[in-house]
Amino acid sequence: MKTIAIVGASLAGLHAARTLRARGHEGRLIVIGEEPWRPYDRPPLSKQFLTQGWTPQQLALEDDKTPLDVEWRLGRRATALDLAQRRLTLEDGDAVAFDGLVIATGAAARRLPLNELRGTHVVRTLDDATALAEALARRPSHVVIVGAGFIGLEVAASCRERGLAVTLVESAPVPLGRILGNAMGEAITALHTARGVALRRGVSVTGHEADAEGHVRAVVLSDGCRLETDLVVVAIGVTPDVAWLQGSGLTLDDGVVCDETCLAAPGVVAAGDVARWPNRRTGETRRVEHWDNAVRQGKHAAARLLDADGSATAPFELLPWFWSDQYDRKIQLYGSALTHDEVRVVEGSTEDDRFIALYRQGDALSAVLCVNMARALPAYRALLERRAHFEEALAHAPRAMA
Amino acid sequence: MQVKVHTHKCIGAGACVHAAPKVFDQDDQGIVIVLHKHPAPELIDSVREAIEACPAAVIALEAGND
Repeated sequence: MKTIAIVGASLAGLHAARTLRARGHEGRLIVIGEEPWRPYDRPPLSKQFLTQGWTPQQLALEDDKTPLDVEWRLGRRATALDLAQRRLTLEDGDAVAFDGLVIATGAAARRLPLNELRGTHVVRTLDDATALAEALARRPSHVVIVGAGFIGLEVAASCRERGLAVTLVESAPVPLGRILGNAMGEAITALHTARGVALRRGVSVTGHEADAEGHVRAVVLSDGCRLETDLVVVAIGVTPDVAWLQGSGLTLDDGVVCDETCLAAPGVVAAGDVARWPNRRTGETRRVEHWDNAVRQGKHAAARLLDADGSATAPFELLPWFWSDQYDRKIQLYGSALTHDEVRVVEGSTEDDRFIALYRQGDALSAVLCVNMARALPAYRALLERRAHFEEALAHAPRAMA
Repeated sequence: MQVKVHTHKCIGAGACVHAAPKVFDQDDQGIVIVLHKHPAPELIDSVREAIEACPAAVIALEAGND
């Protein structure tokens, strides 16, 4: 291939670029990014960037040791893909011809009507986090966070660490219940309520009030309750950035639909938050919005792109892994707990906010949740990797829980 | 040779401990702990594996002794 274009200049796109060069692509490599920045790391945006004064330079993902010889086209969206002509159109009208294409446009924060008000934030990009950090430094009197998913919870922790009053508003009855199940969702929620976060569960935001300058003054909840606030963070998830691919001929269904190897069309691969593929490891066909997936899938998709007939590329089988830092706790989940039949705490205890819990689906160990017991985790991870039975995993636990 | 880690960028994946258990350990939150800042020559290959495996690229092996 003479020219490979990567649309998306974040984690998946960067790892795709590295892999393309490492595997011998000597032609042109063009990386197109909507944001004006070179690739940067997003996880600290809801944490260290808000609490420890991290600078954008500390987020840089590139190192100087391995120059990639990339032509960066930053600060411009790709607006259209012409598969037949092998050509991209950028928002400034420029056309980029390619032989191979990596789609890594990621996802964008979902917004509410109240996001039109001043004083209302999302946390997805460096610009978002910069604006939020500046607003937190002005010491708002009451922060309302809409959405108690991982980003909402991390922002809540960051606000509490800064001594700010926080209310979390979650539409589900249990925060993280869908991801971890209700029991473990409650265990994580307790980290926050014990540290002074107010939680309103089972309610959604139905209205808002602004002052004369258009700055948020209150939000109204579905139970009629009114919360006065001067800073709102909307953290209700993301939507894959695929609008620019409408009409391109690619199959779009909550993301770019790929085959098992990350191929979306001949000479076109997708990776990261935007890619939806059948993952043999979990049996799920879905997008995975984790940092670790962006790294691995970026590499895998790049290798697939260079493998013209696909004969040398295995299916992309991912054991999902993510972490979340909240206060002095590190929460990690290996595997998927979206559906499970049972969950058991096998080491530590939820009362101490320090535990390992195993998930069972059928006879199998299907996921491992770890809070601040990182040293005990590798053994369970190994059991998960070799698809151990749940009983075998229980037998590994130091105390019998039967 | 000496091992350097950017602890503040460690994400606690544990890849280093898997690759070089004699050189690296983790705390409760998974953050890397260097057990031997100047690893014996026979451990250097495992350190290089850890450098390769670390998803956050926080480990480096540098010449010299400080």
